[in-house]
Amino acid sequence: MSEAFNPRIVGFFCNWCTYLAADLAGTSRMKYAPNVRVVRTMCSGRVDPQLVVWAFRNGADGVLIGGCHPGDCHYQEGNYKTLRRMGLLRTMLAQLGIEPDRLRLEWISASEGERLRDVMNEFSAQIRQLGPLETKSSVISSQSSVAQAAP
Amino acid sequence: MAQKITIDPITRLEGHGKIEIFLDDAGQVSKAYFQVPELRGFEQFVVGRPAEEMPQITSRICGVCPTAHHMASTKALDSLYQVTPPPAARKIRELVYSTFMVEDHTLHFYFLGGPDFIVGPTAPAAERNVLGVIAKVGIEVGRKVIGMRRKLRDLISLAGGKVIHPVLGVPGGVSRAISAEDQAQFQQAAAEAVEFAQFTLSVFDSVVLKNSGYMELIASDAFTHRTYYMGMVDEQNRVNFYDGAIRVVNPEGQEWAKFEARQYLDHVAEHTEPWSYVKFCYLKGVGWNGFTEGASSGVYCVAPLARLNASAGMATPLAEEACQRFYSLLGGRPVHHTLANHWARVVELMYAAERMKQLADDPELTDPTVRTLPTEKPTEGFGVVEAPRGTLFHHYQTDQRGIITKANLIVATQNNSARMAMGVEKAAKSLISGKEVSDGLLNMVEMAFRAYDPCHGCATHSLPGSMPLMVRLHAADGAVLLTLGRDRDGRVVRQC
Amino acid sequence: MAKPKVAFYWCSSCGGCEEAVVDLAEGILQVVEAVDIVFWPVALDFKRRDVEAMPDGAIDVCFINGAIRMSEQEAMANLLRRKSKLVIAYGSCAWMGGIPGLANLTSKKAIFDYVYHQAPTISNGSAVEPLPRTEVPEGELELPEFYEKVKTLDQSIEVDYYLPGCPPTPKITLEAVEAILKGALPEKGSVLAGDRALCHECKANASKPEKLLIKEFKRIQEVIPDLSKCLLAQGLLCLGPVTRGGCEARCLKAGMPCTGCFGPLEKVHDYGAKALSALASIVDSRDEAELARIFDAIPDPAGTFYRYSLPASLLGGRRQVTSDK
Repeated sequence: MSEAFNPRIVGFFCNWCTYLAADLAGTSRMKYAPNVRVVRTMCSGRVDPQLVVWAFRNGADGVLIGGCHPGDCHYQEGNYKTLRRMGLLRTMLAQLGIEPDRLRLEWISASEGERLRDVMNEFSAQIRQLGPLETKSSVISSQSSVAQAAP
Repeated sequence: MAQKITIDPITRLEGHGKIEIFLDDAGQVSKAYFQVPELRGFEQFVVGRPAEEMPQITSRICGVCPTAHHMASTKALDSLYQVTPPPAARKIRELVYSTFMVEDHTLHFYFLGGPDFIVGPTAPAAERNVLGVIAKVGIEVGRKVIGMRRKLRDLISLAGGKVIHPVLGVPGGVSRAISAEDQAQFQQAAAEAVEFAQFTLSVFDSVVLKNSGYMELIASDAFTHRTYYMGMVDEQNRVNFYDGAIRVVNPEGQEWAKFEARQYLDHVAEHTEPWSYVKFCYLKGVGWNGFTEGASSGVYCVAPLARLNASAGMATPLAEEACQRFYSLLGGRPVHHTLANHWARVVELMYAAERMKQLADDPELTDPTVRTLPTEKPTEGFGVVEAPRGTLFHHYQTDQRGIITKANLIVATQNNSARMAMGVEKAAKSLISGKEVSDGLLNMVEMAFRAYDPCHGCATHSLPGSMPLMVRLHAADGAVLLTLGRDRDGRVVRQC
Repeated sequence: MAKPKVAFYWCSSCGGCEEAVVDLAEGILQVVEAVDIVFWPVALDFKRRDVEAMPDGAIDVCFINGAIRMSEQEAMANLLRRKSKLVIAYGSCAWMGGIPGLANLTSKKAIFDYVYHQAPTISNGSAVEPLPRTEVPEGELELPEFYEKVKTLDQSIEVDYYLPGCPPTPKITLEAVEAILKGALPEKGSVLAGDRALCHECKANASKPEKLLIKEFKRIQEVIPDLSKCLLAQGLLCLGPVTRGGCEARCLKAGMPCTGCFGPLEKVHDYGAKALSALASIVDSRDEAELARIFDAIPDPAGTFYRYSLPASLLGGRRQVTSDK
């Protein structure tokens, strides 16, 4: 069954570092697992926990957040806020039946293309191990316009 | 051919309860089943919650008596953390609680159960409500009742934040001290409450006790059950709503058991039936012997009548006088007549008001120290109070961090669920014979029910309310022969 | 001009919203005179048959409180939807699922197993639990179905407006009724309350620091707070900053932090995730290990942040696993 399962991972990558690392990985023709759909944000701090939950609700099996190393945030504090939020969010996700390992936060600078490749490969393998999340089947089908609109 | 009568609010409204009555071939009632069709599952979904959140979570079991759950829960937290609240905090809690009891008993007497007597059980249903009461006792009194209720509710908000789902309970104390201005408000309201309770006793006297028809009804066998009785008492075995030991007397009125909250598992057990979401409580020491009464059946009763029966009297003078009169007029202890609950409730109203006054006048009430911080690690806690509708048990187990690992709630009306089921069957049996189903059936069955002031929100930890009923008579082939219900003006409507 | 026909109904409810309406009635006798209450189980007897007999849309406004837990509640909600021009979800349970919605962190099986088999007071053997149909010697008995998950009202029927609160205050209820009578309702789907955070109504707001940073969270039994100052600043988990105001900060007046019953502000989709975000963001630490220690004081984030809103949340509750069946 795990051979057939191809994890779908949403990657929120900070514009100033991880996204550039992804560019670098691409231009260097590095091979890495194709499972990550990249969403560019201006800062990892832009990643509202609602976005993470939204991703899981809509079929993501894993969420990867890539931000600048502590101290290097383009907006000073943004990545610290991410650090604070994601720790607590993992605990809450576990209570909601979502394994905390499905949410990953990494500090990847613009020059760390190889590191990003390794992270994406490793994370994809890890999610493959964990199996599909399948929230869509258990989320209550809703007529609520609120629940259907993107945050 | 056997027939089935359905008393079924479900098909007309969302379920508070429904009753199925089965007739045998001779047209006599062979069995009546009282079904509660709701469940929410509080006991399970509180697992994983921090214990200190329980007073506010469990109050959502019932929006009519949230204060009862809030207090039982807060006491369970004291027990859990082995912490004693400072005197002022304890007094604030009991003051708020007494205020709540005055308000709730007032609500029930004038709005819910009382109309049966004040207006009369044979009066048109359209008049058997608070408007009928007001018509009988006068508009001034009506205004007084409504005003009293609002004043008491405002006081609970003052001390507890909100009257519907108060917030003041914390382990080892209350969240807020009482100021001198607050105290003055409580004192004024308490004095009015005492006067009001005396007035209510006199209303009951002049309207019910002097009416031989009512007295016959109260004493009639159709509404009598000889069961055990349970209530909370103080050290002198007098009724106490807030704290004390739990005392049980047998159908002869002799003490059967007296235990502390933490021993409740030795005494209370629950029986399940597949046709109801509510569980039926019974005395473990006697055992479950089906829906029967008498000394060999573990079925017992709680709430005003039971509390008076399980006690040696009332702790305040005017209430004690009323209590003695109650027993002398009804033939001594214990009283087994379900409808006497209405009278017992008024006796309790008197006590609650006098107790409210005692606490409001207490100089220690305004002491600023209202919190003792726990120092012990939490493990297991027990909290019991007397809710308006009966004994309420909260039992929590937690891990070392104080997170709930297990909770058990035995909730007021639930203690009565077996006796209520029996009461409905008995009322049905005495009113249905042959194939004639009288219009009076609906009224009488409701009366048997309403005397318990049933709160099924608490009973199944699901849904509260009064009990509007409908009767439906089915032939064995399923055809509906007869429907008795109420139209929106409360008139009994018969359809063939 | 005929008086507008108004109805009240309750689903999986504690009855507090009904009490709130009763409390209100004392204060608005003129308004009560201005409407024709055609359906109100708590105060008036009524038959479902009478509702069924009404033409569709005969009821002008129907206030429904409580969440959808049982099959009967959903059936009734559907009936009332057909018979009503406007349906207003009254209170936290109808809007967001409410406290009964916490059951979505567990499962129907776990609830039944405990309540009917494993509770310490249960004694008549582990085989008996309520069933939709039971054969008894005299015939058959039925019970409504307990759904697998709690739903909000709008997950069952179309809802026109929402009134927040557990329960809603007399003030916002009155304002909503007056808006209805004046024909001055906002656009469909609106929450009928203001859109400012609770902090604006709290008397301790002035003492809230401009840049609020928390070094430690405290559980209520660990601290005696200064009630004249902002509770969040003192480390208590007050959800005021992320909760819609309009409740007059009554819990705060009694010295307890806000638990979020008025729900989210307008642009928030998932109250719990947003509340977590706001509270976590202001923790004064940059170290992962220290953060973990600080968050030990929030041992139950799902129960704390989603206390009233789990069924309405993006995930709706805990993902079902095979052992739930």
